[in-house]
Amino acid sequence: MLKNIIGLLAGLLFGFGLLVSGMTDPVKVQGFLDVFGAWDISLALVMGGGLFVAFFGVLLAKRQENSWIGTPIDMPSKTVITKQLIIGAMLFGIGWGLVGICPGPGIVLLGTGQWQAYVFIPAMVVGMLVYQWFEPKIG
Amino acid sequence: MSIQIDWQAFTPISLVGGLMLGVATVILLLGIGRIAGISGIFSSLLKPKRVEMWQILFILGLVISPVLYRLARPLPNVEISTSLPLLIAAGLLVGFGTRLGSGCTSGHGICGNARLSPRSLAATVTFMLLGIVTVYIGRHVLGLL
Repeated sequence: MLKNIIGLLAGLLFGFGLLVSGMTDPVKVQGFLDVFGAWDISLALVMGGGLFVAFFGVLLAKRQENSWIGTPIDMPSKTVITKQLIIGAMLFGIGWGLVGICPGPGIVLLGTGQWQAYVFIPAMVVGMLVYQWFEPKIG
Repeated sequence: MSIQIDWQAFTPISLVGGLMLGVATVILLLGIGRIAGISGIFSSLLKPKRVEMWQILFILGLVISPVLYRLARPLPNVEISTSLPLLIAAGLLVGFGTRLGSGCTSGHGICGNARLSPRSLAATVTFMLLGIVTVYIGRHVLGLL
């Protein structure tokens, strides 16, 4: 029960953060990526602020045996940089640049009633399903 | 090419938003021991046998956040001028790419980099670079964006 409440609260707060930060505005996102045009550097503050807090969270998590609900804390330990990782990040970067929407803001825009999100998110679902079908074939 | 910062578009409040994102990821990490990677959590909804309730509620939280936000203050004005084919292409690329690359701006950009993960740093540099190149070509070479 507590796990579900924490999940919901974290989702809400994450959504508020995306709205306040400007990440749900594709014009701002593309302005941030437009380094050689009129460069809007605001979104560097988003990653900076997020990283700053998360960094201390990770330090705390390393001192904790378990999470608040008693489950082990998930700390991915893979360090190998694979072809899949880089090609995946490249494809994601191209898609992100094309419209200025990444998964979190896309989902939040469903709730604002922005019709474009109702095209983008189903297309994203299809992309993920294609991967699920494709995954066993690439290992 | 010269670099010109558009100070008129600069919004210092973005820092507050970033801090909120950080707090949300820390609540998830310390609270239930899980990583706030949006593409990963969302894709788990596509695996009906393995999805957990908290994942459904996290995504629900994202969807209803603007509804609650609107009670306190007006929603930020968002104008999307992207054409339909471009929206579809971008959605497909983001969906496939984030799964193949094991994460997006949240899972790699915030959570992974906070762990100083070399994989997340490599992924972040890569998607930032490709995003920058895509906007450069799309906007300044082809005039599409």
